[in-house]
Parts: sequence; structure tokens; C-alpha cells
Amino acid sequence: MANDAPPRWDRRMQQRLARGEAAALGELYDRLASLVHHLAHRVLEDEDAADRITREVFTYVWENPDAYDPKQGSLRSWIATLTHRHAVHRLRSRTADDDSDGDGGGDEVAVEERIRGASVAARADYIVTSMPAPLRAALELAYFDRRDYRQAAAALGVTEDEARRRLRLGLQLLSTAYVPPPRTTAPPGYGRAL
Amino acid sequence: MSGAGGPERYDPGDFPDYGHGDSSGDGDGDSSGDGDGDGTAGPGDTSGIPSEPDGPPRIPTPRSAAEDTSGWPGPLMPLPEPADPAEPADPPAADPPADRQPGTARPDTAPPPSHDVLRSLLGAWALTACAPDETAAVEAHLNRCTSCAEEALRLREAVGLLHAEHSLDLDPLLRSRVLAGCLGRRPARIPVPGWAAAYDAEAARLDALLRDMGDAEWRAPVRLKWFDGHRLTSRNTTVAGVIGHLMVVDGAVAAALALPDPLGEHAPGSPSARTEAYWHAEPDATGGTGPSTALRELWREQGHALVRTVSFAGRGASDLSVPFGDFTLPVRDAFLDRAFECWVHAGDIAEAVDYPYELPASAHLKAMIDLCARLLPDALAERRRAGLAAPPRRLVEAGAPGRTLHLEVEGPGGGDWYIPLDSPAAKGTAEEAVAHIALDPEAFYQLAAGHVPPQEAAVGQMGDVEAIRDVLFATASLSRL
Repeated sequence: MANDAPPRWDRRMQQRLARGEAAALGELYDRLASLVHHLAHRVLEDEDAADRITREVFTYVWENPDAYDPKQGSLRSWIATLTHRHAVHRLRSRTADDDSDGDGGGDEVAVEERIRGASVAARADYIVTSMPAPLRAALELAYFDRRDYRQAAAALGVTEDEARRRLRLGLQLLSTAYVPPPRTTAPPGYGRAL
Repeated sequence: MSGAGGPERYDPGDFPDYGHGDSSGDGDGDSSGDGDGDGTAGPGDTSGIPSEPDGPPRIPTPRSAAEDTSGWPGPLMPLPEPADPAEPADPPAADPPADRQPGTARPDTAPPPSHDVLRSLLGAWALTACAPDETAAVEAHLNRCTSCAEEALRLREAVGLLHAEHSLDLDPLLRSRVLAGCLGRRPARIPVPGWAAAYDAEAARLDALLRDMGDAEWRAPVRLKWFDGHRLTSRNTTVAGVIGHLMVVDGAVAAALALPDPLGEHAPGSPSARTEAYWHAEPDATGGTGPSTALRELWREQGHALVRTVSFAGRGASDLSVPFGDFTLPVRDAFLDRAFECWVHAGDIAEAVDYPYELPASAHLKAMIDLCARLLPDALAERRRAGLAAPPRRLVEAGAPGRTLHLEVEGPGGGDWYIPLDSPAAKGTAEEAVAHIALDPEAFYQLAAGHVPPQEAAVGQMGDVEAIRDVLFATASLSRL
């Protein structure tokens, strides 16, 4: 969740990948592999399949670093989009294979539901990593460090009122992940062709 | 973290129903919830919100914090008697009869907080970050205030999106496979030197272990153990103290590569002096009150910088020497040494926080054992000079075969090494072997890390007892703080 990086890091990473620096690939993996694997796993619910998607996504990025356009958004959200597409593609083709065995029908609803859930998770990741740092810090203290809001206020050096406000506002922002954004206001990087 | 789950996990029907379990008769009917009574309310569905202010509560209690199935902060406090005339007391008839405990006294008569205060608490409530009395007051309010109830439902659903990526489930060896797959498709123009790969992988593995740790785990006590040449010795620190230790000793390599030294200029050279200097200057690190994520990032960024730097320097860097105070290693061996230290201390940390930790990838394991085998003849000679090992049995010309111990590490990543016994300059050969020891990678780890008394290492042994004893002790003496 704290894996966001400044735009400068994104551009620099792209340059390093483009010039074929293996160490940059390792750094990119360290920063984003858990996100990629997690998003793939959400869609496919299968460890091996998520491993395969992780390999595919990093291979794609390593072979096509120029496909990323920093003007369209963060490297992280671009890679999240790539992952989602690869995983959904894999899920749909897997479901199609199952259907050809004579099964089908009800599965499709479950598949679409799972894809929807994964889209929400991807949007949530985008929202969390792009929300103002003070809001995110408050959420992290309350959720990951299990502080109550008074302890969070003390840790952040703000009033208790302010801590409550940040927690509420942060969650309000996050809850918009459930609403699919209209095409025009999609997060940058979403909707790009592979 | 395993806090990740599908959206179905946040369906109200899945919430533990604390209220029903807490049937101690304290009249908390308002907060007991009926989350399992309405299977139709899915995420985003607010149709379950009561339209009547005094209807039965439809909001289940908040979900517990990540990975915490028993995270409820305690039994709910008895609700204060509603004293605000604007908000009439619940008519008993409106409560679910099964939950109602008529006639139970509610001793607390303090007025409930205002609507604005309660609304401001909704975020904290959804995150289970309120005091118990506030939680109870919010939940009572949700039965009366439709707009707050709708928001509460929405915010609580949003909490479900605040999961950590489940990196613990990520196979640590996947990294090597993914990177190898990438490099197979498009070879690197600036590769990571082979001798730096073990360090790169071990640091990434430890980093993945640290990623999911909360503050409490960063403060978890860790006992560092090593063999000081005479006996096992140990030092208590914390997870944060261990990362600081790794960072400042890695710093000796950084300094040798003209990268910034985390201890600044004129830093001491030896690993123990560097560590003591750091622990002295940063008592917070060992006490664990320091900002753990910042420390982790410093350590990690330095590690990435080391790998980056030797990648660019290429072959030219491999023969630079890294001074560690009382000993010096060529950069390539310093990286293997640091990889081994990283593995050892990741094992210490994993043990302290009770996480599993696997062996390194076999190629990396082999490189680390190989370093150890190459250091052994000198370590033996040093112990001999100190009177701690038996004198040489015969004089061997430099480069000539001499008495040899056959060191065999079993399993993938293992192999056979031939350690010359009489002089570091002699050549170890299978033909001259007078002793043979065999151990598995785990036993090698325990021995070379100085975690077990050398004479008790789980080692199969055959041949010259004195030679075996001397090599076991010399292997353990490679360990240090």
C-alpha cells in the first residue's frame, strides 16, 4: 500500500528499463510484484495462474518499457491495468474452455462478478496510492497498526478532531472505488491498449 | 498479509456477530446487530437500512482489523440511557424480541454525543478505532439516523478495500524465475553480476518478510547468536535493530564502492564496531520506537544502490577490496558474505516473529557455501596460530596437494568441497582426503551462522577426528555479530 512512488521515479525507471538495466527490473519487481500477484490472484483465484500472470506482466514491461506513457499516470497504475487485462483475458479464455465441455451458464455470472470485484480492488489501490498522504497515513495507522483514532492523532501530531476527519474522508474517497468511473474520468493509464 | 479477501468477505452475512455472542444480559440490544438476519444485503446495497428511525439495527458491527479475527476491543459497554428528549428512547416493541432483555438496568445516564460528533466518528468507527463507549454511542445513533447509517455502511465496505497485498503468499523464489524469464526474452545490456545475484535475491526475500510487519513486530525481541571462536555468544536486539545492523555493515561495502556510508565519514570498519556505533547513535532502533518503514526503506535503497553500482561497474568492480576492519574481502566475496548475513538474520527475524523462512535458491546457496569453503583454510590457520587448532601434520609446498577434508553439503545447492588442512596454500584433493563430513543445508546454516556449538552440529562424519573438529570449529568461527 505504501508502494507509491514519485513521478520522477517512474520516468527514471522507464529509462533504466529501456536501456536494459537488469538491476532496474529487480527493483521494479520488488516494488510491484506483490501488487501484480495480488490483483491477478483476485481475478483467477489460483496461485499458479497468478504466478504465470506475474511472469507475463513483467516480461511485457521489460520487453516494452516504451509502451508506458508517464503523462497518462503512474507506472504503478499502468502495470495494475496490464495485470487486470492479462488476468481477465486468462479467466475468460479458461471459462470458455470449461464451457466447451458442455458446462456453462451460471458460471458466467460468477465470472463477471469476480471481474467486477477485481476492478474495484484495482480502483481502490489507485485511490489509496494517489490520495493525499495525510489521509493515507491516518488510514494506515488505524488499519494496519490498529491504533485507535486518539493514538493516531498523537502519532500524526494532529488534534483528535482532525484524526477523525481524516479517517472519515479517507474512507469516503476509498468508497468511490465501488462506483465504476465513467470512461472520461477513468484513472490515467486505464483503458490503454496492451 | 492475509487480510486480502474477495468482496464476498465483506458481505454483512459474513461478519462475526459479536452482539449475539454477547448475551450477558446487559441490555445492549441496540448494538447487537442482526447482520446474519438479512442475507440479501450485499455490498453496496443499502436497501437494508431501516427507514424507521427506531427499527432494528441493520448495521453489523465493524469488521475486525487485518488478520485479526478476535479484534473486537472488548465487550460492548452498556449503552447510556438516551437522555436527549429530541431522541426518544427505543420502544421495547421495536427491538428483536430474542435479543431484548427487558428490565435490565442501564446505570450510565450521561447524555449521548451530538449528531455532528457522532457523524465525525463514523470513519473511526468503521475502522474499529473508537473507544468502546463511542462505538456503542455510534451504533445506537445508527438506528435513529438514516443518513449516518447509510454512510456507515458505505465506509465499512470501504474498509474492506484496505487490504495489504498478500505478499507473504508470494513464493520468494518466483522473483528469480520471473527475472530469468524476462532476461531470456530480452537479454540485459547491463546485467547484474552473477556474484551479486545472491545478495539481490536474499535482500528481496528479507524485504518481503518485513513488508507485512506492524510496529509491534518491528519491536519484537531478536537474539543474535554467533560463535566467537571460543564459545557461543549472543546479543539481544529487536527486528529494527537487526535491520540497522545489516544496513551499517552493508555500508562498509557501500563505502568501498564510493557510495554514501550510512555511518558517515570516519566510520569504523569492523562489523561489530559499525553495529555498536549505530546502535549507540540510534538507541531508538534497538528500542524499536523509531520509524520502522523509514529504516526499512533506507536499508533497501542502499541494497538496490549496491546492486545498481556493481552492475554498471561490471567486471572492474569485482576485484576491488572491501575493508571490514580486521579482515578484507574482494567485492565479489563481500557480496556473498552480505548475502549469507542477510539469510542468517532473516532466519533470526522469522524465528522471532514465528514466520516460516525457506532456504535460498540453490544456485545462491551454493555460492554462499563456496565462499565459506574458500574462507575455511585461512580460518583454520588463524585458529592454529591462536593455539585453538591442532598444528599441521606435515609441511606442504604451496600449490601441492596436502591432507584434505571432504566437505559435502547434501541436496540442491549443495556439492563437494575439498578443504586443505595443513596450509591455506596447499591444494585440497579427493585423493588426499583424511576425513569426510556431510551435512544438509539447514545444518550448514546452523553451523556457519554460529547458532549451535560446533561439536553438536548435525553432521555425518568419518575419518580423522581431530581434522573434523578443527574444521567444524573453524566454520563456526566464520560467524560474527
